[in-house]
Amino acid sequence: MNPITNPESTTNWYLFLSCLLFSIGVMGVLFRKNALIILMCIELMLNAVNLLLVSFSAYSGNTDGQTFVFFIMVVAAAEVAVGLALMVSIYRNIGSIDIQSLNKLKW
Amino acid sequence: MNNTMNLLTMITPAMMIPIFPLLGFLILSLFGKKLGLMSGWIASMAILGSFLCSINLFIGLEGDQQLNFSIFNWINSGDLQIEFGFLIDQLSLIMLLVVTGIGFLIHLYSIGYMHHDEGFTRFFSYLNLFVFFMLLLVMGNNYAVMFIGWEGVGLCSYLLIGFWFKNPDYNNAAKKAFIMNRIGDLGFLIGIFALIFHFGTLDFIDVQNQLTGFESNAPILVFITLMLFIGATGKSAQLPLYTWLPDAMAGPTPVSALIHAATMVTAGIYMICRSNLLFALAPYTLHIILIVGVATSLFAAIIGIKQNDIKKVLAYSTVSQLGLMFAAIGLGAFESSLFHVMTHAFFKALLFLGAGSVIHAMGGEQDIRKMGGLSKSIKITFVTFLIATLAISGIFPFAGFFSKDEILAKAFEHNLLAWALLSISSMITAFYMFRLLFLVFYGQFRGTEQQAKHLHESPISMTFPLMVLAILSAFGGFFGLPAVFDSTHQLNVFLAPIFNASKLVTTEVHALSHSQEWMLMGIATFAALMSIFFAFSLYIKKQQLPENDADLTGFSKIVANKFYVDEFYHKVFVNPIMIISDLLLVLVDKLIIDMVVNLTAIIVDALGRLYRLIQTGSTGFYLIAMVLSMVIVMFIQIIL
Amino acid sequence: MLSLELLFIPLLASLLLLFANEKAAKPLALLFSIVEAIFTIYAYQVFQQNGSEAFEFQMPWVNKPQINLHFGIDGISLLMVVLTNLLIPFIILSGFQRTTKRVATFYALLSFMHFALLGVFMALDGFVYYIFWELALIPIYFMAFNWGDENSAKVTLKFFIYTLAGSLLMLFGFIYLYMGTPNHSLDWSILSTQHTCSCNQTWLFWLFFIAFAIKIPIIPFHTWQPDTYQSAPTQGTMLLSGIMLKMGTYSLLRWLLPIFPAGMHEWQPVVITLSVIGIVYASVIAIMQRDLKKLFAYSSIAHVGLIAAGTFTLSFEGMQGALVQMLAHGINVVGLFFCADIILNRKGSLQLHQLGCIRIQSPWFAAFFLVIVLGAIALPLTNGFVGEFMLLYSLFKYNMWLGAVAGTTIILGAVYMLKMYQEVMLGDQVEQSEPMEGLHWNEKVVLIGIVALIFILGIFPSIVTNLTQPAVNQLLKLI
Repeated sequence: MNPITNPESTTNWYLFLSCLLFSIGVMGVLFRKNALIILMCIELMLNAVNLLLVSFSAYSGNTDGQTFVFFIMVVAAAEVAVGLALMVSIYRNIGSIDIQSLNKLKW
Repeated sequence: MNNTMNLLTMITPAMMIPIFPLLGFLILSLFGKKLGLMSGWIASMAILGSFLCSINLFIGLEGDQQLNFSIFNWINSGDLQIEFGFLIDQLSLIMLLVVTGIGFLIHLYSIGYMHHDEGFTRFFSYLNLFVFFMLLLVMGNNYAVMFIGWEGVGLCSYLLIGFWFKNPDYNNAAKKAFIMNRIGDLGFLIGIFALIFHFGTLDFIDVQNQLTGFESNAPILVFITLMLFIGATGKSAQLPLYTWLPDAMAGPTPVSALIHAATMVTAGIYMICRSNLLFALAPYTLHIILIVGVATSLFAAIIGIKQNDIKKVLAYSTVSQLGLMFAAIGLGAFESSLFHVMTHAFFKALLFLGAGSVIHAMGGEQDIRKMGGLSKSIKITFVTFLIATLAISGIFPFAGFFSKDEILAKAFEHNLLAWALLSISSMITAFYMFRLLFLVFYGQFRGTEQQAKHLHESPISMTFPLMVLAILSAFGGFFGLPAVFDSTHQLNVFLAPIFNASKLVTTEVHALSHSQEWMLMGIATFAALMSIFFAFSLYIKKQQLPENDADLTGFSKIVANKFYVDEFYHKVFVNPIMIISDLLLVLVDKLIIDMVVNLTAIIVDALGRLYRLIQTGSTGFYLIAMVLSMVIVMFIQIIL
Repeated sequence: MLSLELLFIPLLASLLLLFANEKAAKPLALLFSIVEAIFTIYAYQVFQQNGSEAFEFQMPWVNKPQINLHFGIDGISLLMVVLTNLLIPFIILSGFQRTTKRVATFYALLSFMHFALLGVFMALDGFVYYIFWELALIPIYFMAFNWGDENSAKVTLKFFIYTLAGSLLMLFGFIYLYMGTPNHSLDWSILSTQHTCSCNQTWLFWLFFIAFAIKIPIIPFHTWQPDTYQSAPTQGTMLLSGIMLKMGTYSLLRWLLPIFPAGMHEWQPVVITLSVIGIVYASVIAIMQRDLKKLFAYSSIAHVGLIAAGTFTLSFEGMQGALVQMLAHGINVVGLFFCADIILNRKGSLQLHQLGCIRIQSPWFAAFFLVIVLGAIALPLTNGFVGEFMLLYSLFKYNMWLGAVAGTTIILGAVYMLKMYQEVMLGDQVEQSEPMEGLHWNEKVVLIGIVALIFILGIFPSIVTNLTQPAVNQLLKLI
């Protein structure tokens, strides 16, 4: 059977893609120093999860997962707003959003 | 019927006896400032009231009648059913008369003696309080009420020794007296507990009634009597708890006369006489009492030889005489001991009051080396003092002769060694008393010019008690004439109902024959006269004076320093406790216990310090840590 | 129902005081405490006539876990309620001439403490009791923290954590008991009749005992106490020593003994020995104390040690003696700390070597102080004697030697108290010391009241023994 047309194997592809996107996000969070990019990577991870939810939802024929995705998108939008506001505030204060310079919060 | 009615009417005067001094105390302490010199008279009248009530009772009670009544229920809890009640019998009557009678005389004397003192009212309020507690002690119908009085007189003794509280030495003496007494009191308290535990009651009569079933020397009786005796050693200044009494002379002289000679210090003897059957059933304890009594008598007498403070000499003489009384108890001669309590109260009160008169005349000087030749300027004091000295030395026919002779005769019957030692002690007593007399009243005046001018006889309020007491010291002995005079021993007859029971259980030694008694009297008188002659030759003929403290050497130095007993106690008990106290605080409390407590806090603190190192502040590190730990958790999930 | 009314007067007072004007706070607090005291007298009358039924109050509160608001008063509780309600007016009155910051808050806390203490003494449900037990800790913490001396932050934290740790053990114990009882209840009447097996009692005993031992305090759980007494404001110290200590000794009788009779018997020798060691230990330490408040703190440890020892003899005299002595100690220790407060206020120091010759300057104060000291060293006819007499007798009955060792407290007590009195009050170095202001009216009222109580209780201790006799008999039947 054609792996492309087979609904199960289609889901598999989506899963692979989702894992890939998530891993890219994780790597970005771990290795980039720019806070803005880290924020974007977090968004990427979030969207990877969204993709996963949607594909599982389609696979099982249950719309619960897709409802969740809408919730997540709304929350993510709010979170981005807060996150970006923090970035702007940090930039105004210390003139950089490099996370290496954000090390005041220690013992 | 008639009899019981008669007894009931006597409850009121009996109740009034302690109430008078209590009222006096309350009035004086509440309105003292307004009363001024009146307060002395109010206090004296209160005691006179008690004295008259006591006489009323003395006349009213006939034969072996006794008045025993309870006022209210003091403690009631389980085993402890303690009534607050009074018992008036022949024994308490004697003590009542002595306490209130001599108490009244001393109050009267104090009006003159304390005239110039700023604490005049305070002094009399304390004195009244003392008499109140002393009366409780004497009148209580059980050991608990007696204990109230027992501790109460201790308190008053504390207050009066430290009467001049601005002087730290006096305060120390007061504190010492109270604490030494407390040591004895613990013994008394344990004795009381044992009594309740084994007899279920503290009532004197009930305890006595239950004693019939006991064998002689039953362990519990020995234990109880020993504990009670420890209490007595504290209050009556016996070895090893006697050291507070000489220091107690810091108080005003009338206090020394009333509390530390005539009444309070004899409380121990009274208590033992009260429980005479108990003690008679414990010959083992009596033996110990005999040893302690004889030792104290001799020991204190020896120290008395070298004292140069007029009151200290009398204090050691008091300790010595108390030892004699305890020796009498140890011989089972309770009534002889009580006889001596009575005569001793007369002549020792007189001696102290006379000493007070001397000190008054000398303007506060107490060192006998700075006196001398006073017989001309203060005649009444001299004559009365002489009578008292003769009485205490045991010269016929003064009071001390009869009571002392009776004790010595009893000792001769029972124990020759005790007799010999007590005779020596009496000899020494005669010696140092006449040494005192000669140094104070004979020879040349050795004081300053100013003092010589100041010399004067005391006012009548002071000399009147002296004269009354002199009469009592001279003739007080006739209450108890020995058998050889072919007359009845009135005191013994009067006290017979009290001591009859114990007479039956003590081992009867055949009485002395008349010739033996004559012989003993002869020996005693001869010995006393020898001592007096010796003192005469030293201090009148040779005009010797006691050396300065610095010149003393050898044994006399040790004696003058009272065998260093105080120093010994200080080194062995006081200092170690203070050191232990500091050690416990620093070592155990602060270092060990508190350390364990604080250690828990310290451990939490240390862990916090350690873990915070993870908090580097580098966001990158946090992110890596987060992801890594997530991965680890996932692996663990998979593996498990 | 009466118990609820007794309980809520102080609560009402505390709420009102929170909003009260600073000037009105003291009179208002005093007014409420006097109303409460009068009400207590009424309650005492009712108790004499109707016994404890008039005070029963029971209402379901929480369903799961099953908790009932259960309050009641028997002779023992009533005694503690009387003690609390008698002393609180004195404690409030004693602060009348003092300038305190944020007066209204202070007295609101004090009244709240009053409420919590009464709750402890009346609660008959384990959980409710526990709540009040912890509730009592909060106001005293803030009082000591905010109104104490410069060390108070550190000292009160230690005190708070120490006692809280003890309470936590007790909470574990209660939860275990709750799970263990067949119908899941913490009601006193059930806990005291349906005992857990003695194997459990062995260790459960310690969970409760440590909580109480810290509060009492029994050696070696006492190290929070001297520091706290020293640095807390005097009124707080009075509350702590006069009443709050009694929570511990009361709880021994109310909870520990009926719930764990087997544990009591098993650990009796250990606890008595510990207490007796504590008596001598604390007395010896008190001798060399240089600070007046610390000296009183150590003497207090010695006294409550005797109370604990007497309670654990499980004899009638011991328990009644403990009750008499609780009352007596409460009165005496409040009097002692009040005297210390007067001295501190006049002389600005509590160090013994800086004091002296107060007696010349203020003879009446000296007389009052002496009477209170005599009460503390158990002179007959003062309240201290009767309690100590009964307690020492019970110890003597239990074991002669322990009784004799504990008896040294009457000697050592005289040593440290008289030494203190001499250094503080006597002597004549007037010129070196500050003038002593005379006593204010409120100080006179408090001192006269305390001295009167000392004598009344010393001469008529049967008031207490008759009141508590049925309750103690009932307790003894439970074991």
